[in-house]
Amino acid sequence: MPHDHHDHFHHEGMSPSGHPYRADNDTPLTYWQRMEIAVRELLVEKGHLTPAEIAAQIEAMDARSPANGAAVVARAWTDPAFKARLLENASEASREMGFDIGPLNLIAVENTADTHNLIVCTLCSCYPRNLLGLPPDWYKTRAYRSRAVREPRTVLREFGLELPDHVTVRVHDSTADMRYVVLPARPEGTEGMDEAQLAALVTRDSMIGTGLPHRP
Amino acid sequence: MVERVRVKALTPPGHVRAPWYLRGKEGVIERPLGHFANPEQLAYGLKADTKPLYRVRFRMAEIWGEGAENPDDTLDAEIYGHWLEKVDTHAP
Repeated sequence: MPHDHHDHFHHEGMSPSGHPYRADNDTPLTYWQRMEIAVRELLVEKGHLTPAEIAAQIEAMDARSPANGAAVVARAWTDPAFKARLLENASEASREMGFDIGPLNLIAVENTADTHNLIVCTLCSCYPRNLLGLPPDWYKTRAYRSRAVREPRTVLREFGLELPDHVTVRVHDSTADMRYVVLPARPEGTEGMDEAQLAALVTRDSMIGTGLPHRP
Repeated sequence: MVERVRVKALTPPGHVRAPWYLRGKEGVIERPLGHFANPEQLAYGLKADTKPLYRVRFRMAEIWGEGAENPDDTLDAEIYGHWLEKVDTHAP
């Protein structure tokens, strides 16, 4: 009796796992959605792009993930010469590791015993997507964008990160052509670990500055 | 040699990328970044001049005054050269 409701605990309008069903997107297209479709169709009609190329590009962007950044961080933790190159020019250092980051202008900022870095884009949602993939939703909210520059320590506390007073917080507002990634400090107790094990400790948030890497 | 600069306190119409909360505020050049196409022209599909871009470091006390969480924390932002004016620290 698969449709017998008597022995189920379904709430009206809820999925079996207890979440509300997502509403169908039957609303009219917005101006920019129409514009995107129009431009895309024109590019295809005029032979500049194929639908397969567009799909491949979306797939390439979706394949980028914080694991790419974690690999860069782990290399910097184990190879002092690479770390120096990363802090000098993070774009070139990322490309050296084989990551296709396109025209990304990347700056790495280093957390130390007395400095903690935090990345934000107050004007929009600039993020090192070509290395880390798409940003988390909260990164794009007005609340994060306005509060990260005004009360970074309070924001960090809400992320579970309590910084002592002797640590200077450096907030980086990505207002123009650069993108930023935090090089977190290598956790204690990781002396014997290899690059792959270290990379597994590096979280997305630790590269934005709203978190620290996992401890082993 | 630390170079002190002030973000011009202008309010031009249109697309600009000098954040409102930094206008009129003083900081120091953290590093020059090279030349980039001016977003104030790019935003309108115009042929864009290149402008020098700088990372400018501000103390939180300079931006938020008494309300700063920690006066010595810092905020770095990228500001185009045409939005910066030199601060003469030896003015009479």
